[in-house]
Amino acid sequence: MSTATESRPISTYLFRRPRVRLFSLLALPMTWIVGVYILSLFLLLITAFWYVDPFTSLVRPGFTLDNFQAVFTEPAYISTSLRTLWIALAVTILSVIFAVPLGLYMAKIAPAWLRNALAVAITLPLWAGYLVKIIAMRLVFTEEGFFNWLMAPFGIKGPGFSMPIVILTLTYLWFPYMALPVYTAIRQIPTNLFDASSDLGARGFMTIYRVVIPLITPAIIAGSVFTFSLSLGDYLAARFTGGATQMIGSMIAANINLNPPMAAAFSMVPITFVVIYLMVARRTGSLERM
Amino acid sequence: MKRKKLAVLSLLSASVLILGGCSSDGDSSGLSIEVPDIPMHEAMGEFEGELNIVNWSGFVEPAWTDEFTAQTGCKVNPRVAGTSDEMVTLMRTGNYDIVSASGDAALRLIVGGDVQPLNIDLIPNFGGEIAEGMKGNVYDTVNGKPYGVPIGRGANLLQYNSDVTGGAPESWDVVWETDSPYAGKVTAYDAPIYIADAAVYLMYHNPELNIKNPYSLDADQLAAAIDLLKQQNSIIGEYWSDPVAQITSFVGGNTVVGTSWEILRKFAAKENLKTTLPKEGSTGWYDSWLVSSTTKNVNCAYAWMDYTSRADVNGAIAMNFGMAPANIAFCATSEKAQAHCDEFAAEDEEFFKQVWPWTTPIETCLDGRTDVKCTSFQEWTNAWLTVKG
Amino acid sequence: MLRLSRATKAFLLVVVAIVLVFMYAPLFILILNSFNESQISGWPIESFSTKWWIFAKDYQPIRAALLNSVLVATGAMIIASILGTLVAFALKGFEFFGRATVNLLVVLPIALPGVVTGVAFSNTYSNFLSPAGFNIGYFGMIVAHATFCIVMVFNNVFARLKRMNPHLQEASADLGAGLWQTFRLVTFPQFRTAFVAGALLAFALSFDEVVVTIFTAPPGVDTLPLWILKEMARPNQASVVNVVATVVILLSLIPVYISQRLTQERQ
Repeated sequence: MSTATESRPISTYLFRRPRVRLFSLLALPMTWIVGVYILSLFLLLITAFWYVDPFTSLVRPGFTLDNFQAVFTEPAYISTSLRTLWIALAVTILSVIFAVPLGLYMAKIAPAWLRNALAVAITLPLWAGYLVKIIAMRLVFTEEGFFNWLMAPFGIKGPGFSMPIVILTLTYLWFPYMALPVYTAIRQIPTNLFDASSDLGARGFMTIYRVVIPLITPAIIAGSVFTFSLSLGDYLAARFTGGATQMIGSMIAANINLNPPMAAAFSMVPITFVVIYLMVARRTGSLERM
Repeated sequence: MKRKKLAVLSLLSASVLILGGCSSDGDSSGLSIEVPDIPMHEAMGEFEGELNIVNWSGFVEPAWTDEFTAQTGCKVNPRVAGTSDEMVTLMRTGNYDIVSASGDAALRLIVGGDVQPLNIDLIPNFGGEIAEGMKGNVYDTVNGKPYGVPIGRGANLLQYNSDVTGGAPESWDVVWETDSPYAGKVTAYDAPIYIADAAVYLMYHNPELNIKNPYSLDADQLAAAIDLLKQQNSIIGEYWSDPVAQITSFVGGNTVVGTSWEILRKFAAKENLKTTLPKEGSTGWYDSWLVSSTTKNVNCAYAWMDYTSRADVNGAIAMNFGMAPANIAFCATSEKAQAHCDEFAAEDEEFFKQVWPWTTPIETCLDGRTDVKCTSFQEWTNAWLTVKG
Repeated sequence: MLRLSRATKAFLLVVVAIVLVFMYAPLFILILNSFNESQISGWPIESFSTKWWIFAKDYQPIRAALLNSVLVATGAMIIASILGTLVAFALKGFEFFGRATVNLLVVLPIALPGVVTGVAFSNTYSNFLSPAGFNIGYFGMIVAHATFCIVMVFNNVFARLKRMNPHLQEASADLGAGLWQTFRLVTFPQFRTAFVAGALLAFALSFDEVVVTIFTAPPGVDTLPLWILKEMARPNQASVVNVVATVVILLSLIPVYISQRLTQERQ
């Protein structure tokens, strides 16, 4: 058997040199991500300093700060950025509010069969198609749609296509990304921790607040990377269910044909938000749990 | 690379400042626009065998391309575009020979040197029966040179739900003023070119702004239009860019009044949805064929323009898309054709006189002013994004 | 079983019910609308018909779009599976400077908004590659999709590797197996299910993607989501979208079933 080692010079070489092994593992994926993706982002940043020739409307290389100046000084652009940030946060908070009780019920109360059924039930819409779900939400919240039809006997009326519906639609789209990690994390909490908490006199909600939330915070942060950043860049939900709601994504998309440098400058806004968010999330060690 | 090309283009264009005035349309006389000098096709030659078209959905269908291919041997490869911007982008790839551009794309392409002037003598079907209002407009005729062959047109009408409004609103004020009884149920077209609709309203109600052409706004006039749009933003229920979304909003009750096209009202198929042309007039889209300046299939392109200007073919396109045909000779061909022409006001020049065809705003003032610089489409786009703030 | 007051349990149950209704009512309405006779979707449905199903069955553009979606998703899945697994092994087996950064880099393409990713790629393709005479076309779309799919495979494989017994590989090496042999016979069987689940997720993510696709699809090429989006501009056959959407929902049962089987296998 020992002869085998001698006949495998590459294996032996790599086995003895972990650095080389690491390098050969990372070479291809890092070339791809850095060489293709990060480079593209960098080129986008460069384009943001270029300008469009007003005569031919062709993109010309150069250096101008006009695009960035507009992004940071025009009140309408700033309010759109802030509105988008607020929508993304609201979606995240709403997802947490629903994911924690759902996860708690699934992991700690539901019998095994129901737990599995619910796990499938939350996963399924994740696969059902992004546009499909937006169109479905549009159908539900149309003035003479399902929601108002259902609620009419109670005298309740939906808000029509508006910012609350955009938040609801985005929550609908990204909720599973929050619900699944939260559920998994709650499952890993030993049940006797709950017992200890209630033995010490904590009521149900207190237990959730004091015991569960701290333990599942990393999972919530991991989920929020999806709910926050996917909401931040979205514009189709706003286009179909937002009425007059404008988001950062709408401004980027509107400029991509007409004024690519301006679109590039707008793109820097969500990039900044997301990178800051990821940096914070990384400190908590949550990224490895995603 | 690009710099060199541009230098050559501007060199070519610099000296070519021909004064207009030879066009049949009176109000563009005296206007001169700087355009790159591109030679026009002199005489028909052999057909190249293929034709790559960028078109609106419904403009190029087997029902009429088959006969064309049989006649000329030019194989037709259509590519449907969704917006005017997409059309411009696609034409600039250089992969396409001809485009069915609306006026808001056409002038951009002409000024950018992407399309060539046309030799009308080589298009015999373009002539006597083309609707008067579609000839010689500034969006496709520059400095007296024709660049486009008209296909059809339609107006941006005011659509209303008569169950709610009762009769037809006489004025666009129901979509612009904050005291509109339909506040929150108003829809508007979601594109920078919609700024012109605000300008049309201001032309009527604020004569002191001195707007003569809704596509020719100086900085102050643009600011006034944007203010009006911002005011409108507070009563908007939904901006629409997708026809299906607009229809479902009207049918579903989210929208009571707003911009529409006759064809969308037809598709909605509801008795209570009607359209009207209010007293201020309106904007509209006029589509023409434009030929790429770098085409390799110029003979097929000319043959195509001639073929689609034929009354029956032009009518088939117009009926399929839902617009007024350019060649009004079509109207007399059958009872069905006449009904279509009547519905879309094809022969009603009085109607279309109140309609301002979509035209790309450029720095040169289209209303003939030379003492100020007008705002370009670029500025319109940036301003448009501030409306919804 | 957890000791919670009756009221708390009731509250949790109500939340679960709300979530389920919220998730399924819209899909249900949409599926019903695929049988709506009218061109325009609405509620309540006035008359039912299967005419849009019949129309969709033989409609060529749908088939072309479906084929494109499958091709792109397959390409993206293969690339992402290889790259994601490589990164997972690197992060599992080694402590090194910049480890956290590598982790961040893998997450970045999915965390950054699709519109930014799409615009970045289309900017590179149209403002840099194509002036240099290099037309990337169809492959550009696969490259973009693969980039944001890497994280799906990475997450699944990495999570499994962390729970694996490292001594097994050492034992294998001690017995004289080479790296490839160890990988093939010892390591891979242990993370196979996680690998397949990750690849499946990557496929689904690409298949469903629309925003990046809008900006990177070459002229004339539609994926299924892109086709649905463009259909919003064609009012004369709006209801056919509901049929396609229903089919997408039904098709999604297949991967859900497979991944469910995989998890059970694991337990």
